[in-house]
Amino acid sequence: MTTRIFGSGIRRREDPRLITGGATYTDDVQLPGMLYAAMLRSPHAHAKINSIDITSAVGARGVVAVYTGADIEGVLNGIPCAWVPPGADLVAVTHPAIAKDVVRYQGDAVAVVVAEDRYQAEDALELINVDYEILPSVTNPEAAMKPGAPQLHEDAPNNQAFHWVSEGGDTEAAFSAADVIVKDTIIQQRLIPNAMEPRSAVATWTKATGELTLWSTSQNPHICRFLASLVTGLGEHKIRVIATEVGGGFGSKIPVYADEMITSFCSMQLGRPVKWTATRSEGFQSTIHGRDHVEYVEMAATQEGKITGVRSKIYAGMGAYLSTAGPGVPTILHGLIYCGPYDIGATKADVYGVFSNATPTDAYRGAGRPEATFLIERLVDLLAVELGTDPAELRRKNLIPKFEEGHDVISGLTYDSGDYEPLMDMVLGHADYSALRQEQAQMRENGHYMGIGVTCYNEICGLGPSQVAGAVGFGGGLWESAIVRFHPTGKVHVYSGISPHGQGEETTFAQIVSDELGVDVDDVTITHGDTSNTPMGWGTYGSRTTSVGAGAMVIAARKIKEKARLLAAHLLEAAESDVEYRDGQFSVKGSPDQSKSIQEMATMANVAWNLPEGMEPGLEASAFYDPPNFVYPFGTHLAVVDVDKDNGHIVVRRYIAGDDCGPQINPMIVEGQVHGGVVQGIGQALWEHAIYDDNGQLVTGSMTDYALPRAHLLPNIESLSTVTPSPHNPLGVKGVGETGSIASTVTVYNAVIDALRPLGVTRIDMPLTPEKVWQAIRQGHGS
Amino acid sequence: MNIQLTVNGKAQEKEVDARLLLVHFLRDDLGLTGTKIGCDTSQCGACVVSMDGKTIKSCTCLAVQANGSDITTIEGVAPDGVLDPVQEAFWDNHGLQCGYCTAGMIITTVELLKKNPNPSDDEVREGLKGNICRCTGYQNIVKSVQAAAKVNRS
Ligand code: FES
Ligand code: FES
Repeated sequence: MTTRIFGSGIRRREDPRLITGGATYTDDVQLPGMLYAAMLRSPHAHAKINSIDITSAVGARGVVAVYTGADIEGVLNGIPCAWVPPGADLVAVTHPAIAKDVVRYQGDAVAVVVAEDRYQAEDALELINVDYEILPSVTNPEAAMKPGAPQLHEDAPNNQAFHWVSEGGDTEAAFSAADVIVKDTIIQQRLIPNAMEPRSAVATWTKATGELTLWSTSQNPHICRFLASLVTGLGEHKIRVIATEVGGGFGSKIPVYADEMITSFCSMQLGRPVKWTATRSEGFQSTIHGRDHVEYVEMAATQEGKITGVRSKIYAGMGAYLSTAGPGVPTILHGLIYCGPYDIGATKADVYGVFSNATPTDAYRGAGRPEATFLIERLVDLLAVELGTDPAELRRKNLIPKFEEGHDVISGLTYDSGDYEPLMDMVLGHADYSALRQEQAQMRENGHYMGIGVTCYNEICGLGPSQVAGAVGFGGGLWESAIVRFHPTGKVHVYSGISPHGQGEETTFAQIVSDELGVDVDDVTITHGDTSNTPMGWGTYGSRTTSVGAGAMVIAARKIKEKARLLAAHLLEAAESDVEYRDGQFSVKGSPDQSKSIQEMATMANVAWNLPEGMEPGLEASAFYDPPNFVYPFGTHLAVVDVDKDNGHIVVRRYIAGDDCGPQINPMIVEGQVHGGVVQGIGQALWEHAIYDDNGQLVTGSMTDYALPRAHLLPNIESLSTVTPSPHNPLGVKGVGETGSIASTVTVYNAVIDALRPLGVTRIDMPLTPEKVWQAIRQGHGS
Repeated sequence: MNIQLTVNGKAQEKEVDARLLLVHFLRDDLGLTGTKIGCDTSQCGACVVSMDGKTIKSCTCLAVQANGSDITTIEGVAPDGVLDPVQEAFWDNHGLQCGYCTAGMIITTVELLKKNPNPSDDEVREGLKGNICRCTGYQNIVKSVQAAAKVNRS
């Protein structure tokens, strides 16, 4: 007998290896005879390569080989982009793994040195002589589309990578009929994801069998294998990708990068294992960045405060090349969610994807949805000011009423389930919102500036039905699969194609399977992250791991249970219809003492001494789960900030996160996801910024210059939740990996602007550093 | 150059390059890969180890500077397999997600609590400001440190 473990905050099974230093991340892999690779990267944002002289490097101590763009030509195919939104005239430019003729961003690889140790490889980089002819460069996406801007790719005039327009309803009519229109210009600054584990790859080529094994810091080893096959030309069945322990990703480890492919190439050339690990500064330049939008946005409403339209014109920086999922981020993951939690009659996103001489961008925690939530919620606050109403009440007025079985919005999505207002009430009540407003008024009288930000959001995640994936140009499926196997002793092994890397799903998956099969949670092992022993899966991103990955496990477990039930009926000599399952036991209706445990059935199925006619031996099942819809978590967040008007310093005094991600399998883990997401979002609002200078040099190119959130700068986050199950997956669960970063940036931003409104400040470009805040206060208007 | 030192209670003697960083010595030469490298500017604290009872960033220390010292890495925090209260507390309180910052966080916490057995939350946050965690938002790390402090005091 077991008690149900779904919903219990048990400790994570991942942790013993992680708290003792016993886990093996990619850079921890040591193989006999292993060599080390180091990349020579372009110091220039844009330049022609006239020549490369590698002679001294080749002869340097410990150096085994040096390769340049000429060496990979015809051997390694270009790095592909795998998300091509339809109807957007996307220009799929070639992205050579090593630049041969032109470098297009600071950090573009131009050569690789392979040596006996890391130090020797690094040393030899300095001996390579590249003759560059510097070309004019541009990094701002809006500037890159202006006439006369430096051009990156011949096939992409005006640096336009694509132009994607999505309209729901008639926005023109909504805006011409509006009583009120509010507008803003929003800069979604460039961010650098900065997972704490730098990217790394270890490749080992077995010539005798023609097989490549690649340890890679990937969120999606099966996609990595798939794309590695396209780049290297090896069959997928000859490639094994291992990503069992990955130190955070936040989207930055979705893409398949040049470096991992170059490392594979080196091993294949040299017949020895090769390791490459990015230094942090190298990662700043060569691991994807996030956000980078210049946005012109507006909202239409009636005098009574009913929102009637939202529209945007956006220049979304793609960087120098299109990263794996890059084009999907400012389009599909952004423009379709413009209704947010509100009933809005017309929405339009008009998005230019733009090439610029900057590091490619791709999904960064929230990917497109933080930008959408930001612009909606920013505009709602502006509307509240315009109408002279309370911003929280204005939101309440527009919320979609409770729905349980789907709600269509004009942008073309069908939300799964939602009950927005109770959670909003809970958050406002917990914060004592009216008392906060009173306090604010009093403080203002005394010359102190406190601000309150309230955000209502929902988001689209749990990606997603494969049919939709195809329709929106995603170059793959979005289902998941699992194999659930009973060993003869009654222990259970689950193999999943999905690939958690910090989210704790080894634990939550085990909880789910334990409940389904009525076995002790410690009798369940979860294996993931290695393509050689897991079934195909599309990976961990888009808050899909639990809703989609666990969906497959539940279905497989239920198949097993049914087989075990039939076997039990046979052994109990009862009619199949008389045998029922409960808590790991099969018993005959009406005579509960006649029963068999599921573990006994595992033994009997595996020894196969006495099976019913036609039943195959063994007790395992595989299942493929393709969700019928996305999931739509939602919530209300509230921030209270104090701004020092004399020095522009901001203190986040309180942060309340109210989130509904459906039933929580492990509330402790859910809360941890919320904390991490909220803090990353606060990082965007207050500190983080990838800044390029006029020459395309990344000025914030190290942890010294790029300000990551640190412990002493942050408040405790107060978490609240409600439970609204999704009708669309077997467990009713929704995702929670990104909700924090989706909601928190604008919540804190709005709080700061709310604080400064009496001083005439209406907008400040993020991040809200003390200097910028101070200047805005001095100028007394938007800076 | 020849160096002799004690790592996790075990005497070590090796020939090393003068420029070899301590963190590479620990990871590559001794195979103690629990200590991590998160940056190259001495900012993140992933590489923190204890040297003669003080926390140091092993990415900013040469192996030769460690000559004669007594070093504890994460692998040495629970030498007999019995978890240190700090490790237990991180486990109990979800003080880690991807685990990459954890070795540095735990070593830093062990030292922090030696110096200040009864810290306030603010003091914990101040004490951890040299360690970056990108996953947890720090809140459960603070909770873990406080839980460990409580156990240590009892
Ligand atoms: S690796 Fe030593 S401080 Fe970052
Ligand atoms: S747990 Fe991932 S960096 Fe701290």
